[in-house]
Amino acid sequence: MDWFLIITTLIKIVVVVFLAILPSVAYSVYFERRVSAWIQDRLGPNRVGPLGLLQPIADGLKFLLKEDVTPGHVNKFYFWLAPALVLVPALVTCAVLPFGSEMQLPLWLQDLIGTKANIPMVIADLDTGPLFIFAISSLGVYGIVLAGWASNSKYPFLGGVRSSSQMISYEIALGLSIVPLLMIYGDLHLGKIVAAQAKEGWSLLPFWTEGHAFAFDLKKIALAVPVGISFIVFMTAIFAETNRVPFDLAECETELVGGYHTEYSSMKFALFFLGEYAAMIVGSCFAVTLFFGGWTLPFGLSAQQLGAVGPGIALFQFLTLFIKVFLFVLFFIWVRWTLPRFRYDQLMRLGWVWLFEIALVNIILTAGLLIAFR
Amino acid sequence: MATKLVERPKLNFFEKIYLSSILHGLALTFGHIVRLFRGKTKVVMQYPEEKWDSNLPEYYRGAPALVTDEHGRERCVACQLCEFICPPRAITITPEEIPNNDPWAKVEKRPKAFEIDMIRCIYCGMCEEVCPEQAIFLRKDYAITGESRAEMVHDKRKLYEIGGVRTGLVNKWNELK
Repeated sequence: MDWFLIITTLIKIVVVVFLAILPSVAYSVYFERRVSAWIQDRLGPNRVGPLGLLQPIADGLKFLLKEDVTPGHVNKFYFWLAPALVLVPALVTCAVLPFGSEMQLPLWLQDLIGTKANIPMVIADLDTGPLFIFAISSLGVYGIVLAGWASNSKYPFLGGVRSSSQMISYEIALGLSIVPLLMIYGDLHLGKIVAAQAKEGWSLLPFWTEGHAFAFDLKKIALAVPVGISFIVFMTAIFAETNRVPFDLAECETELVGGYHTEYSSMKFALFFLGEYAAMIVGSCFAVTLFFGGWTLPFGLSAQQLGAVGPGIALFQFLTLFIKVFLFVLFFIWVRWTLPRFRYDQLMRLGWVWLFEIALVNIILTAGLLIAFR
Repeated sequence: MATKLVERPKLNFFEKIYLSSILHGLALTFGHIVRLFRGKTKVVMQYPEEKWDSNLPEYYRGAPALVTDEHGRERCVACQLCEFICPPRAITITPEEIPNNDPWAKVEKRPKAFEIDMIRCIYCGMCEEVCPEQAIFLRKDYAITGESRAEMVHDKRKLYEIGGVRTGLVNKWNELK
């Protein structure tokens, strides 16, 4: 039985990381460039292939073929370690995100391998999903700090210092912001949170309750207030977590040249790049899972798909999640080309004085509402 | 020195929590996308497909070229003034004598080879200005490309190909004396 688990897990890892996340990283870079161009009244890359769709492949080849420079003045060990430390946590966090319910193998395949077990559509079915994500994803900051420090140069150093100060100001708010959701669903298991949303309606859709697409349920509407607040706090913190504008203090091309990756080139730079976008995709996936029902369709359409489903429906669930994440990534890009960068002290103030307190008050508000509507 | 105290703008509550200005900004950038897709935005010219050629002004200075006159005679008499005036020394002329049996024998000289190195040429137009025979003109060709240095040197054949025929102005060789 163990080999079945190992093989299916390996297949899931390969499919999720190499067929879903890394290609979508490449294409979110493409969309980043196209959307930024549209916002600035340009056209963006449209030459390589139809509509420029082969541009990411050309970019990837360029990264592979470039000279990999390790400057003489750096601390080599940490300099080489840092890019991996940025990319790996971003990819590891996708392990607990559910991308479907449970897949039932077709009968001929069941006969062939001699087991009737279903495959859960998540790489690691942990009971502590959000905690795992917070624990692993904050490790990515070490990569940035190490890159800044090991580069032995002033701009990367400033980027690294900023990154660590940034982390201490958003991490608390990030953790506290989802506590109201955990209180409402009473569970830390992401798969169960998604299943509950499939039945009772997405966290952010107040007029949809169990069995009714447009119902007026006072409890659900009242709870939409704290959920909405926690969504705003969570999104703000996720922007900081993924080092995206308006919180890209560590990178900050306009002030710090390239920030922590100033001294990097070729594939090592590409790893930082991949790490940033993979973190963005996984962060979007996390937000979708918590607030927009993960792989489910709205208005109870997925309530029948909660048990074991065939491969076709499993693929459909995967695509549903993929489309939602894609829309979120577009939102990330849209925000990047709209807002200016926060100043160092403004971010600290926002994190410590506003988001932290709002998240705390939000928890108490949720607790009060839950008692009132018990 | 007089100092002026600049007062910081007083923000109301909604401005202080950023949300209203964030939404305003998002709407603004989204408006740009919508306008682009509705074709209301003028975007940059797509160069190799669209060109500005029909709008080039009369005085545009492109690649220099040699011209022939209405009788098919090459106007250049190999006086080498352009070669001497050329600031980057892009022009090289090898003169030759016109043989006696030639109908234009009385012109006496013509260029055996006339080479302009287009890597050197700075499109200043001094060759055109100095030419006593109106034989060299700056045309509107600007996309001069090549894959080697040798390809970038325009020889006589190429120069006449670009230049073509010009009529009028120089008539002193026409009637036989």
